[in-house]
Formats: sequence, structure tokens, C-alpha cells
Amino acid sequence: MHEVAQSPWVALAYLIAGVCFILALRGLSSPATSRRGNRLGMAGMTIAVVTTLVTHEIASLPEILVAIAIGGGIGWVIARRIAMTAMPQLVAAFHSLVGLAAVLVGVAAFLNPTAFGIADTVVPLVGPSFASIHAASRIELILGVAIGAITFSGSVIAFLKLNGTMSGAAILLPQRHAINVGTAIAILFFAYQFFATQSPLDFWLVAALAFAIGFLLIIPIGGADMPVVVSMLNSYSGWAAAAMGFTLGNTAMIITGALVGSSGAILSYIMCRAMNRSFISVIAGGFGAVAGGGGGAAIDRPWKRGSAEDAAFLMKEAGQVVIVPGYGMAVAQAQHVLREMGDKLKHHGVRVKYAIHPVAGRMPGHMNVLLAEANVPYDEVFELEDINADFAQTDVAFVIGANDVTNPAAKTDKTSPIYGMPVLDVEKAGTVLFIKRSMGGVGYAGVDNELFYRDNTMMLLADAKKMVEEIVKALD
Amino acid sequence: MTFVSILSIFVLACFVGYYVVWSVTPALHTPLMAVTNAISSVIIVGALVASAAAAVPGAKWLGLLAVVLASVNIFGGFAVTERMLAMYKKKER
Repeated sequence: MHEVAQSPWVALAYLIAGVCFILALRGLSSPATSRRGNRLGMAGMTIAVVTTLVTHEIASLPEILVAIAIGGGIGWVIARRIAMTAMPQLVAAFHSLVGLAAVLVGVAAFLNPTAFGIADTVVPLVGPSFASIHAASRIELILGVAIGAITFSGSVIAFLKLNGTMSGAAILLPQRHAINVGTAIAILFFAYQFFATQSPLDFWLVAALAFAIGFLLIIPIGGADMPVVVSMLNSYSGWAAAAMGFTLGNTAMIITGALVGSSGAILSYIMCRAMNRSFISVIAGGFGAVAGGGGGAAIDRPWKRGSAEDAAFLMKEAGQVVIVPGYGMAVAQAQHVLREMGDKLKHHGVRVKYAIHPVAGRMPGHMNVLLAEANVPYDEVFELEDINADFAQTDVAFVIGANDVTNPAAKTDKTSPIYGMPVLDVEKAGTVLFIKRSMGGVGYAGVDNELFYRDNTMMLLADAKKMVEEIVKALD
Repeated sequence: MTFVSILSIFVLACFVGYYVVWSVTPALHTPLMAVTNAISSVIIVGALVASAAAAVPGAKWLGLLAVVLASVNIFGGFAVTERMLAMYKKKER
């Protein structure tokens, strides 16, 4: 069995760490308790690390401490410096590290199974003795390595796409479904071979193919589907940790893996529901690659154009203004000047609210963080289901950098690719002010927005940040 | 621990995760991703076990590299979550 005698206190310590992690997530049910939750998470991690260090015979402690210091220093500096708009790519990059760490731990456990307490030494009648890994551990090990490898390569692609290093467009390989299915079958085959024979060749083949499939799965997925992808990879990183937890029989790792795994899965589900798309269709990819299918992009229909002064006048006279931000706001970095506009409006006695669609931005909750960064109080920010009934009593809806999530065609036009997707009912407001760069471009889904041609819509054609700056000036 | 007792913990933890995560307010979904990222780096426990054992040098060095990667995540993940959460403020009245 395990070479280190497991006192019940050790198991208890890992259990406490696991409970701390549960409470860390529990704290996030409200911003008021969230910071205490985060501290509990840190405490749990400290308990897990210290327990591991004091209960194992360590050949060289300084090396380990240096490794922690190097990694910790890098992580801390990145966390301090990163811009809030870059949060999606940061999270993707962090996921890739968890995935790679899982692979490395899996390989280390494979090379030195006795240290992990997962093997019996077999002394055959002929030849040298060798470590035979337990059957269950072989399954856990190969699962952990495969999931870790998929998480790693998938997250690297997601990072490159979110960071703009690689085009956000869906890249479609010919026969990609056949390639993916073939790769998946090959992984299962070699994983079974490894289970049966513990052969190193099968182990490495599984790792290599898993890296490949992570890459193949993410390249056909377009930029706006990234909230689902990032959540899914979040989930995978959890399952990888859980698989390693099984290998080590470690409660803290298993609890954490289950928590993170379900967290990512639930977030993916929420994102898919908000787009009215099935998880399978997102993963199959290619959405938005063929632009302008349905809806007929009739650009020559009449529409109204407004100026910053018109917008300022309308909002100043309004009783309630609802601001609808989208990814475009993040790209233009317009959140600070937007909050300034909100403050000015409040001085004029206007009630200001913010409406967030679940898939606005490139990751779940992206808009909320940006607004919080700009000092918008979180009790002025509302989710779709909490604010949709409000638009009928709203004088001005101010759409900045969002498009598809406001398209009324999703409710009425059965031929539209976004039909059935829950949208913000901005058209019910007295006036809709819609900031857009130009009339030519369409939203991510490649459909024209009905909203532009409504009688109560005024288009503000300009860069989002510049337009809001001008409105702020006009409000003085 | 037997496989079944480990599996029991895992299955129950999945249920706990399900209910806890649904109670997270959507406004905090980005911090949720950052903090789950940090805690999934508890995989550092495995990395430490690998780097503690000196018998197989290759495994030890892989373990140390995994310790570095997981530490980036732990410190980075918790610090960035802390930074984000500090920004969420209520209206001053």
C-alpha cells in the first residue's frame, strides 16, 4: 500500500481543505460575502499544500520551495497587471496550465508509481522486478492524462483566439467530424490497451492523441461561442483534477474536481441556453461562418441617424434610461466613460440601470466585471430576466456594443438563425439609441437586426467610446 | 481508502457542486471561473508527491515543473479573484 503511514489526521486535513473550497464557491452567492469566500479558498489551498509537505518524506525541500516561489511570483505579477478587458484570455491561459500540470503529474505517476502508492512491486522468476500499477489506478491515470491534455491544447487555442493572436473566425477543416470521431475512437482503443498491458507506448499515444483532439475541437469554434468553450474547458480542468484525486485517494482533490467540474458544466449550460443552442451544436462548431443566410440583409431600408446632442437631449429628459452593454463596449474600453455618462444623467434626476444578457462579452459575467471596474454599483446592474419587464416603462434604451442579443427577430422570425434565443426587449422602450460603427456590418450570427429600422430607433454611428465621450460633453 | 468510498465522496461532491454553483449570482460568474481555476490547482498535491520522491529523477523534475505551473495558477487565480471582487461595490447612500 501507501509508503507513508496515513494517520486519520491527514485525511481530516484534506477534508477540511475540501470544505474550505466548497465555502469559497458558496461565498460567491453574493458580492457581500464573496471576499470572505475567496480567503477561505486560499486557506484551503494552504492546508492542502502544507499537509502534503509535512506528511511525505521529501528528498529536497528547497527545490520545491523555489518552484513554488517562481510560479507564485509569476502568477502574482500577472494577476496584478492584467487589464480587466483581458480576463477571458487570462482565464483560458490559466486553464491550460491546470491541464498541463495534470498531464505532468500523470506522467510522473506513470514513471514512478511506487511514490504515488498505486503499484505493487512484482518480482518475476526471470528478469528484473517491476512496478505493476493497480488496475483501477491505470484507468484513473490514463483518464487524468487524456483530460488534462485536451484541457491544455484546447485552452491554448481558446487563448490565442481570445487574445486576437489567432483569427476568431471559425476554421473549418474538411471532414473534421470524421477526423474527430476517428481520433476519439483511437484514444479509447489505446487507453484500453494501456489498461490491459500497462505499455508505455499506449500511454504516450493516448497523451499525444488527446493533445491533438483538444486542438481539433476548438479551432472550428468562432469567437462569440467562446463563453461556452471557456466554461467547458473550466469543467475539464476540474475533471482532470478529480481523476488525479482518485489516483492519489485524496479527498481535497476529489471534492475540488467535482466542484470545478460541475461549475464549468453549469456555466456551459447557462451559456447555451442563453443562445438557444444545444451544447452539441456549439461543439460541432462553424456557427456564423456562413454569413447572411436568412433574414435578408436589406440595408437600403429607411433608418434614422442621430447625433450625440440628440442622444444627450433625449436622455436628459428621460425618467429612466437602461444601458445595454455588449462585447463592443469591452473592445472600445468604453466602460469608464459610460459610467461617467450614467453619473451625469443621475445628476439630471434620471434613473439609470444596466441590463446584461448572459452571453454579452466573451465569458460568463464579463460585462459585470467591466462595469464593476468602472465603479458602477452592482445593484444598478440587472440580469435579463430581472429587467426585461422594465423596458416598457423605460424612456430610453441605450445599446452600446451589443447587437444580436437585442434583435427582436429572435422572437418573431422563425427563419432567423437566432430564432428562439432569449433577447433583451429594448424595442419596448420609448426610444432606442443604438451605437454602431457603421450600418454595413452585421452581428456575429450574420443576421440583420430588425431593431435598426424601427420608428423608435435612433442610430448613433461612431466608435462607442468617442460617441459616449461626446454625449458626456453634451450633457454638461 | 477503498475505491467505493472515494467514489461516494466524488458523487456527493458533484451534488454539492451542482447546488452551490446554481446559487452563485450571475454577476459573479467571471470571479467564479477565476476561483475555480485557482482551486483546481489543488492538483499541486500530486505534483508535490512526485517532486518529493527522488527515486526516479525524470518523475521528480516533471513534478517540480508541475509545481511551478500549479503555483502560477494558485497565486494568480486567487489574486485576480481578490482584485475583481474588491471592485464590486454597492451604491453609496
